[in-house]
Amino acid sequence: MNKIVANAEQALEGITDNMTVMLGGFGLCGIPENCIAALLKKGVKNLTCISNNAGVDDFGIGLMLKQRQVRKMISSYVGENAEFERQLLSGELEVELLPQGTLAERIRAGGAGIPAFFTPAGYGTEVAEGKESREFHGKMYLMETWLKADFALVKAWKGDAMGNLVFKGTARNFNPMMATAGKITVAEVEEIVPVGELDPNQIHTSGIYVQRIFQGKDYEKRIEQRTITKK
Amino acid sequence: MLDKHGIAKRIAQELQDGFYVNLGIGIPTLVANYIPQGVNVVLQSENGLLGIGAFPYEEDVDADLINAGKQTVTMIKGSSLFSSADSFAMIRGGHVNLTVLGAMEVSENGDIANWKIPNKMVKGMGGAMDLVASAENIIVAMQHKSPNGQSKLLKKCSLPITGLACVKRIVTDMAILEIAEGGGFRLLERAPNVSIQEIIDSTEGKLIIEGEIPEMKF
Repeated sequence: MNKIVANAEQALEGITDNMTVMLGGFGLCGIPENCIAALLKKGVKNLTCISNNAGVDDFGIGLMLKQRQVRKMISSYVGENAEFERQLLSGELEVELLPQGTLAERIRAGGAGIPAFFTPAGYGTEVAEGKESREFHGKMYLMETWLKADFALVKAWKGDAMGNLVFKGTARNFNPMMATAGKITVAEVEEIVPVGELDPNQIHTSGIYVQRIFQGKDYEKRIEQRTITKK
Repeated sequence: MLDKHGIAKRIAQELQDGFYVNLGIGIPTLVANYIPQGVNVVLQSENGLLGIGAFPYEEDVDADLINAGKQTVTMIKGSSLFSSADSFAMIRGGHVNLTVLGAMEVSENGDIANWKIPNKMVKGMGGAMDLVASAENIIVAMQHKSPNGQSKLLKKCSLPITGLACVKRIVTDMAILEIAEGGGFRLLERAPNVSIQEIIDSTEGKLIIEGEIPEMKF
């Protein structure tokens, strides 16, 4: 079994306008930088993007917004992006804002074959509009449905030809759930290692979820808030 | 009146040994700097880390290790890392003992508004709605009044709600208050050099004052 492709361009073969695309990452941490660059080059439009954040003005999904490739964003937090706010307030961009845990669980549910679940988050708020609510043990919960994608683009630290993935630090975030929820899941990794080298006890995402994998290059790993302790 | 560090310092006194704590962005993050000696708490970051350490030294900065405020951090010994789904399982599942977060408004029945100003600020709720819907114990850290002098402790929130009847305690630059059963802000302590009258004048919602109100101790 060999799921390795040469680069991001090959990994994104078949991606077209109007598709739903999941992109891993929290802020700029753990985002699929190479795939985003390839999407920018490819110029596909009218995408529905599912991602916790929308990048910043000059990096990540922010660049796709600038090129007007995104029709709809499904996210939990989109601060730090002036162009996003402008497109949202002017009505050019459709946005579904969700509680972060709801977003994570809807993606997990999509990958796990659970069409809906109940969560307390958002009950009594704007998020509840149009959604079924129900009482369990004296508390109110909202029904939320699964999310799936045509393409899920995730970033991992290490991977192998079978698609097994290991993440590093807090760059894991939304990547493992998204990997399970894509019709085609593309994993870009910093290092592809020979099959058998990853300790099966330590694999975070099993290869069954991943269709294509490639070794990314030129990771910028931009830091949004560089906070340090002075010696 | 307290500055933001004073608010953080006073909230730190509420921490109990063994607590798992989620600190929100802003003043709540500062609480980590004032954890009392002998009190061991584990800080949760909803992007997938239990056991947040200090900010790194310059040479140890790792872009793959950030907190929910996207600041570079380190890990303590015994930290663990996990996905966002696992992180919110911890939160919704009631495993986090205390949540401290900021607010734009709190109502006298414990509703909180902190995520949106219609037609003006649309950044999103992040993890706030999950946290307030699930946490057993929520402390709000905020200024008593907005920059233009309006009370932030209201009868009813005017901004879109983040969660209903969920706030337990509020620590402001002027006072500590708790949400009383049946509604109302029960005044527990006042900040140094703040009079009861000033707190009355700065609180729009129902204020409950019973007996002598002590000054905060540091």
